[in-house]
Amino acid sequence: MSEEINKRISEDYKWGFESAIEMEEFPKGLNPDIIRLLSQKKNEPQWLLDYRLKAYEKWTKMQVPKWTAFEIPDIDFQDLYYYAKPKVQAEKAKSLDELDPELLATFEKLGIPLQEQKRISGVAVDAVFDSVSLGTTWKEELEEAGVIFCSISEAVEKYPELVKKYLGTVVPTTDNFYAALNSAVFTDGSFVYIPKGVTCPMDLSTYFRINAKETGQFERTLIVADEGSYVNYLEGCTAPQRDENQLHAAIVELVALDNAEIKYSTVQNWYAGDKDGKGGIYNFVTKRGLCAGVNSKISWTQVEAGSAITWKYPSCILKGDNSQGAFYSVALTNHKMKADTGTKMIHIGKNTKSTIISKGISADESQNVYRGEVKMMPSAQGARNFSQCDSMLIGNNCSADTFPYIDVKNPTATVEHEASTSKISADQLFYLQSRGIDSEKAISLIVNGFCKDVFKTLPLEFSVEAVKLIEMKLENSVG
Amino acid sequence: MLNLENIHAKVEGNEILKGINLEIKPGEVHAIMGPNGSGKSTLSKVIAGHPEYEQTDGKIELNINGKMQDIAELEASERAREGIFLGFQYPVEVPGVTNINFMHEAFNALCEHQGAETMDEASFREFVKSKLPILEMREDFLDRAVNEGFSGGEKKKNEILQMLILNPRVAFLDETDSGLDIDALKTVSKGVNTLKSKYNAIVLITHYQRLLDYIQPDFVHVLYKGKIIKSGDKSLALELEEKGYDWLIGDHQ
Repeated sequence: MSEEINKRISEDYKWGFESAIEMEEFPKGLNPDIIRLLSQKKNEPQWLLDYRLKAYEKWTKMQVPKWTAFEIPDIDFQDLYYYAKPKVQAEKAKSLDELDPELLATFEKLGIPLQEQKRISGVAVDAVFDSVSLGTTWKEELEEAGVIFCSISEAVEKYPELVKKYLGTVVPTTDNFYAALNSAVFTDGSFVYIPKGVTCPMDLSTYFRINAKETGQFERTLIVADEGSYVNYLEGCTAPQRDENQLHAAIVELVALDNAEIKYSTVQNWYAGDKDGKGGIYNFVTKRGLCAGVNSKISWTQVEAGSAITWKYPSCILKGDNSQGAFYSVALTNHKMKADTGTKMIHIGKNTKSTIISKGISADESQNVYRGEVKMMPSAQGARNFSQCDSMLIGNNCSADTFPYIDVKNPTATVEHEASTSKISADQLFYLQSRGIDSEKAISLIVNGFCKDVFKTLPLEFSVEAVKLIEMKLENSVG
Repeated sequence: MLNLENIHAKVEGNEILKGINLEIKPGEVHAIMGPNGSGKSTLSKVIAGHPEYEQTDGKIELNINGKMQDIAELEASERAREGIFLGFQYPVEVPGVTNINFMHEAFNALCEHQGAETMDEASFREFVKSKLPILEMREDFLDRAVNEGFSGGEKKKNEILQMLILNPRVAFLDETDSGLDIDALKTVSKGVNTLKSKYNAIVLITHYQRLLDYIQPDFVHVLYKGKIIKSGDKSLALELEEKGYDWLIGDHQ
């Protein structure tokens, strides 16, 4: 049975193509000069250069984290490019229509048309290619509503006060090794500001594409929802299929003020390496949201289906009274992928509430870890948490582990934790097959059923994409 | 329509079936009886194509498009699409997948295979709803996860519902009567009788003659140690109920 299950696994990664685009790169390696060059290239103000240099200084004194459940190969941080930008983009194109046709074609191939007449209605997209943002769709329409949606570089230029006020307030430069690295060298990413009382008129989305070789992608996203505002934000990512590993170390910071709500959804499909574990992206990401105001809400939904190694814990700090945090996650690993993912819910305010639903699916020889922390601070009177962590194993050579950490310092707080591990059994498959459903469809039905509670929190288009992605990943994973 | 010729089969290395011969024609109802461990469930799983049940010898021939064909190479799902149905003794739970969605997938897979037009969600629901009264099932069954939290009786009714939807040519019902109270037994039997026609055959695997009061068999077979040791008509089942199996198996020890 398990042999059959493991026999055939899809090699197909249809996003694995490479675009022939001439790049402008900095020399390999990282030192204060590279950071100065980067900052200068981006016309950054002095405060930001100082911020970067300070982070770099701290980073040099920090150690690579070793606490994950599996070995992470040593990375030579001096053997990476820290900046890569399409050469033809020397002058920023005035509109997305004027972009290099090869770039436009790349995004079109990824299903994200950028040209005005083709762009997707109802969703504004910021397209990030290696180290730079190429531009944002639906800009004027958003501006009319007072919404700022642009690359973080542009925001530094145009809205320095806003960026300065919030950058690094949720994830401090010293938070962890990769957060310090990102703070020193982050290149681009998205910036969102939703003004008071505004419900963002359309979904906002950033699409990250790694193309250049041996280049780290260090994106930085900052989303601020002012009092009483609402935004739905989507993030997608892919990379070419390569034999070498590539590093992706991002920071995402969310800030929700009084009565504001941010929904953040990710479908992560970086190249995961081949079936022998060769190549693939190392995805070391720090994502955190601060529910700063009363009644504010932040929810993270993630579908993690790519990367050779994932190390990611989208978290919420529930500071405002009655604020709510949620984490809905599907993490799928196959081949030799390793994923260590989960969340932290830090309850500070009164009557704060958090929900965690995590679904891990492991196939082949992959390792899938849920790691989560629920912390009830002394001030978190009447706070509540509910966590449910389910794992599903496909075959006999994979593993699933759950590490929930619970720390309650307020006696009125309640924490509930449920966990389960199941296996797709031969009998379950046979039951579906005996009704005429072929084995691939049967697996996909079972897995989708397992993930249902998470998929239903995704926006519709994303949910369709997630279901397809999971199906594609599991194609041929049963005989 | 279905011919079994000298079927031998192994499960986890043990030979369970040791030469089964049986011919099933359209319109017939067969009952297979026999003591525990005689190979009744194994037989139904071998015919349905369970991957852990290995057919080691013999031929299973099914009439496909007017020709008798050996189905040894067909996977379970392919056999199902050719009209073989297995009603499970222990129906399996599939969390998160609604009953209607499950049946819809199965139904459309069958339609596609037979070159018939598939049904959209709304018309399929109407179609399924038309079958519910036969089994005295409520519509909310359709929107619950497959067999999850179903009572024993509900699970068995759900098997028969699937059978009525898929309209198989040969239906094997593995202890469909076990765990049913008398009312549920009557309802389930009514469902099975609805399927009965001159075009399809039903094979009942059961321990009890009770079921055969509601579904009249044309043939009764006694399976013992992987072989059919006696065949007869309905009176054989009555005789078994009265005398047990000992008088039959004496010669086969």
